[in-house]
Amino acid sequence: MSLHVDALPPSRRRAKSSSGRSFLTWLDLKAAPYLLVSPYYILFLVFGLFPLAFTLYYSFFDYDLTGTVEWTGLGNYAAMLGDSAFWRAVVNTLAMFLIATVPQMLLALLLANALNKRMKFQLFVRLGVLLPLVTSVVAVAVVFTQLYGRDWGVVNWVLGWFGADPIDWKAERLPSWLAIATMVDWRWTGYNAIIFLAGMQTIPKDLYEAASIDGASRRRQFWQITVPMLRPTMIFVVLNSTIGGLTLFAEPTTFYNGNVHGGTTSQFQTVSMFIFEQGFREFDYGYASAAAWLLFLLILIGSAINFLLIRRIGGNR
Amino acid sequence: MTTISAPAGTRRRTKASSGATSLWTPTPMTRLVLAVTIIISAFPLYYMIVIASRTNTEATDMPPPFLPGGNLGENVQRVLSNPDAHYLTGLTNSLIIACTVTVSVVLISTFAGFAFARLQFKGGKVLLLLVLLTMMVPLQQMGIVPLYRLMVSLEWVGSIKAVILPFLLNGFGVFLMTQYTQQAVPNELVEAARVDGASTLRIWWNVVLPAVRPGMGVLGINTFMLIWNDFMWPLIVLTPDNPTVQVAINSLNAKYGTDYVLIFSGTLMSILPLIVVFIAFGRQIIGGLMEGAVKA
Repeated sequence: MSLHVDALPPSRRRAKSSSGRSFLTWLDLKAAPYLLVSPYYILFLVFGLFPLAFTLYYSFFDYDLTGTVEWTGLGNYAAMLGDSAFWRAVVNTLAMFLIATVPQMLLALLLANALNKRMKFQLFVRLGVLLPLVTSVVAVAVVFTQLYGRDWGVVNWVLGWFGADPIDWKAERLPSWLAIATMVDWRWTGYNAIIFLAGMQTIPKDLYEAASIDGASRRRQFWQITVPMLRPTMIFVVLNSTIGGLTLFAEPTTFYNGNVHGGTTSQFQTVSMFIFEQGFREFDYGYASAAAWLLFLLILIGSAINFLLIRRIGGNR
Repeated sequence: MTTISAPAGTRRRTKASSGATSLWTPTPMTRLVLAVTIIISAFPLYYMIVIASRTNTEATDMPPPFLPGGNLGENVQRVLSNPDAHYLTGLTNSLIIACTVTVSVVLISTFAGFAFARLQFKGGKVLLLLVLLTMMVPLQQMGIVPLYRLMVSLEWVGSIKAVILPFLLNGFGVFLMTQYTQQAVPNELVEAARVDGASTLRIWWNVVLPAVRPGMGVLGINTFMLIWNDFMWPLIVLTPDNPTVQVAINSLNAKYGTDYVLIFSGTLMSILPLIVVFIAFGRQIIGGLMEGAVKA
């Protein structure tokens, strides 16, 4: 009996022997899988596909504050390409993404390498590294905004030891980008290190043993064994960071006391904040929708570039 | 599972071959890096407590205070009684939203994961691929305008229904539970139950559910933290008098920008549930993260 069962996939076997039996059998075998996955796809239709399609539809219309709606075709997109406010948001987003991500990846790699050693209190150390993740984004931003305060902030106080003048972190582009990038890094470096650590533990130890017998230094082993072998994990981490970084919203918004304008001259307004401002402060739904599609395009391009970059890392070694 | 047992394997191997032992023992540099990292990780949280337990005059002292003071109770009182923040409402709303979404997402994902991993049906592969594709799209940012207009026409703006329902869509959950079911539920077990005449729903309840419980836990913790932290959509669709806890902090931040101790006390209370989850399930969180990473 059991031999016979193993030979055929269960659902097909049952369906054959019971064809035309009761409705209940049909329901149980043929319909059940679809019923089980249906809640997800119903949600996907209503809250995923429908908004996505309508964002595209809205982006072809011009909405103004009086409530008139007019077809403009690609007018919103054309206007946006010449809109310096949009481009400023794009530059801000990309700059903060780069300033945050490049050091973050290197730090996370080094940290993961350190975590990969044998040590006491292993769980405690890992939890300590992951601690920032359990802090809510708004909470992180509140604390860091205080730390970066112009007059009473800890960062300026420490810089003062070295004779530096207090920096007005919110006022200029570069300092505000740096401040926001550190918030992102503080929250995510430990998380990414734990992910890298998981990847490192799948690398066969024999490789390292062979390398050290051949006299390769630890540093060389790290760059020539660990990093290339981590490529699959790295793709996962970098793509995640790309999506997260290009849709940055909570940190810069909280940095300017909950205002989506991103500073007096929008010096740290991201594209997500721009979409929010256009849609829910100016009520220009069409323009906001067009910006959302351009953001999506940006994410696709960013992901593709990063994917290709990572594939090259260690690819020719 | 494999990743968790890996360190044990490491230990055995390094013991066996004495030449490689030095590779896996931490150098002083390693210890220093880890110690500094943990201090940096913990400092902002500690500083939150310091400021939340001080007065505003002390908070703006130079040099800044680095030890907790005695005003925490008073500051917490001020947050709770603040007329603009509706803090307690926000806290309650966040708990209701996070719990409802977590339970629903875990159930929906466990159902779908079972179907994708262990049932054969036409179109299953394509449907699963669709899930993976949607994980790459930031739906929340992409679809906010139509979603908001949908909520307006349903007259749900200002109600927590408007926050709960869109958050039920979670492609990562379906993906994770499909992976987990494939690993934790042997095909033979499902087939044996079939032979015994169990219905699909019964198999789910008696065979699948007990086996995938750890995966459900990991997904549940992840979802809870994700939803508790979400900021943009609640900010759009809720009103300040019926907020989530993040929106309540935002109201404090926007109206009382220089009342640091007030904002910090509100912020400190908002992360308490997360700290509780972290302390209670720390081991599972790390295990789940590491497993998920290797699978993906």
